Amino acid sequence: MPAASPTKQPHEPRTRRPFRTGGGGRPAHRGAPRRGRPVFTTRRGLTIAAFMAPAALFVAVFTYYPMIAGSQMAFRNWKLSDLTDKSFVGLQNFRDVFADPAWGTVLSNTAVWVVASIVPQLVIGFALALWLRRRFRFRGLYQALIFFPWAISGFLIGILFRWMFNSEFGVVNDLLQRAGIIDEPVTWLADPDTAMAAVIVANVWYGVTFFAIMILAALQSVPDELYEAAALDGAGKVRTLFQITIPYIRTTLALTVLLRIIWIFNFPDLIFGMTGGGPNNETHIVTTWMIQITQQGDYGRASAIGLLIVASLLVFAVFFLLATREKSEKKSAKKGERS
Amino acid sequence: MTGKETAAGRAVKFAFLGLWLVFTVFPLYWIIVTSLKAPGDIFAFPIAYWPETFSLENYSELFSKADFGTYLANSLIVATVAGATATAISMLSAYVLARFEFRTKSALLMAALVTQMIPAFIALGPLYLLMTDLRLVDNRLGLILVYVAVCIPFCTVMLRGFFENVPDALEEAAMIDGLSHFGALFRVLLPVMRPGIVAAFIFNFVNCWNELFLSVTLMNSDSNKTVPTALNGFISSFNIDWGSMSAAAVLTILPTMVLFAFASRHIVQGLTSGAVKG
Repeated sequence: MPAASPTKQPHEPRTRRPFRTGGGGRPAHRGAPRRGRPVFTTRRGLTIAAFMAPAALFVAVFTYYPMIAGSQMAFRNWKLSDLTDKSFVGLQNFRDVFADPAWGTVLSNTAVWVVASIVPQLVIGFALALWLRRRFRFRGLYQALIFFPWAISGFLIGILFRWMFNSEFGVVNDLLQRAGIIDEPVTWLADPDTAMAAVIVANVWYGVTFFAIMILAALQSVPDELYEAAALDGAGKVRTLFQITIPYIRTTLALTVLLRIIWIFNFPDLIFGMTGGGPNNETHIVTTWMIQITQQGDYGRASAIGLLIVASLLVFAVFFLLATREKSEKKSAKKGERS
Repeated sequence: MTGKETAAGRAVKFAFLGLWLVFTVFPLYWIIVTSLKAPGDIFAFPIAYWPETFSLENYSELFSKADFGTYLANSLIVATVAGATATAISMLSAYVLARFEFRTKSALLMAALVTQMIPAFIALGPLYLLMTDLRLVDNRLGLILVYVAVCIPFCTVMLRGFFENVPDALEEAAMIDGLSHFGALFRVLLPVMRPGIVAAFIFNFVNCWNELFLSVTLMNSDSNKTVPTALNGFISSFNIDWGSMSAAAVLTILPTMVLFAFASRHIVQGLTSGAVKG
């Protein structure tokens, strides 16, 4: 079989592999008939094209076309309110975005939203994964129960927490008052100082499971011999954690965090349901802001923000790909070892 | 971790796990309890953690005052058709990406990855204009087409991971027996892969069922609204009716939770292996 994925070639020598683990870059195999059957290359090409066509068509028309066609709107005066004047305005839309007094708030909110959400998600998710690594009774049930927030949309989670953080009839105030932590009800979502904290609590609630699952999967790849050796050497739990476990799963950790940063950055749903960006724009992040401006009908300015989002995501994507490259090399090396 | 667990260590562990479980489950408990209180009791003090009398009034109001049955039907139709179509299309592309080697393969995978990094709502405006040109605004078919496109990339990556777990000796045998690639896919691979395909469909269904921004943008008339769009209408009004709202939230969450419970193992597998592979 030509150019199979690495899993199917257990005896391959452990050399540095190209990033594309497939055979795309190996001319000797390109176009070679599969499994020694006499198949014409053109026929093979047609099969590939026919199987790929529906997916490619849908994504091209409904995802890529609006994205690419829309980017020129960023340089035009494109407002739903006045469609007669769609003139080219250069960078005016970008200037408008930056000139908006709310923009600074939106940017700093975005930074707070991403950082303050991801740190607790990572720490709690890591702790859960460590504690779930060893079997105990009802572990499967436990995992299923903490898995369930995933089934709920971000928007509905926003609504759930909006109700719990309600200043008059909310359960959060009631619980905190019963516990004696606060004396008076707090107007969580109406107060600029507490609204951001409240949406972040909701986001942490939602995101921990993802980290727990990814890290648990990574932990199960750590060979037991490493732990045994560490125990023989008299290493304590903390030392084992920092000198064995974390270094071993470093790449997965980095990847998970990067993926999550992109994802949280792109996650307006929860804020949209919980505060709608209020009070006074204090919980707007870049993506909710863009959606609000789209809904106001200013497609030019919304596209300008969209391009800014894409540009910043590209920077992250480069990091992501660099990390993936390292990972796929490691993975194939590991597979070689096992055989 | 390996090594002996001390009694104190176990106590800390289970205390933490227990606390997290309570924290995780409580919001769901709370919305269900709220929805089952009589409308007046929701705003009564002190707040009751277990209602004295249960009532289904919030639910009946939801269907009499608001047209919630229509929204549910719309969501069900759109999510089922879009989810199934996306799964079928993704099966073809995933099969090719798992079993063939060709020059543009990595470019195609990259194109799929990009759609995952750049969210669909980035092009809401242009998409609205495109759908206007196609006369598909405020039309369930239009929303279905858009959802299919949104689901395909991740679904393809996920199914590709499942295909790669199936040994290709299976199709080889089938093709020696004279079946085409298409025939091998449908007669031999599909039955073997059924759990993975069901999981992929459920994942698509739940994503479409939950989707908000595209449907808010594309569906205007009340009779075409999906559930999230309707909920968005509920919170946009000045005074939120939390009785109906909580009932609506429960009815929206429950189906997806049941479906996820069925497919969670496969979805986890797809996410932990397929997603990172990109």
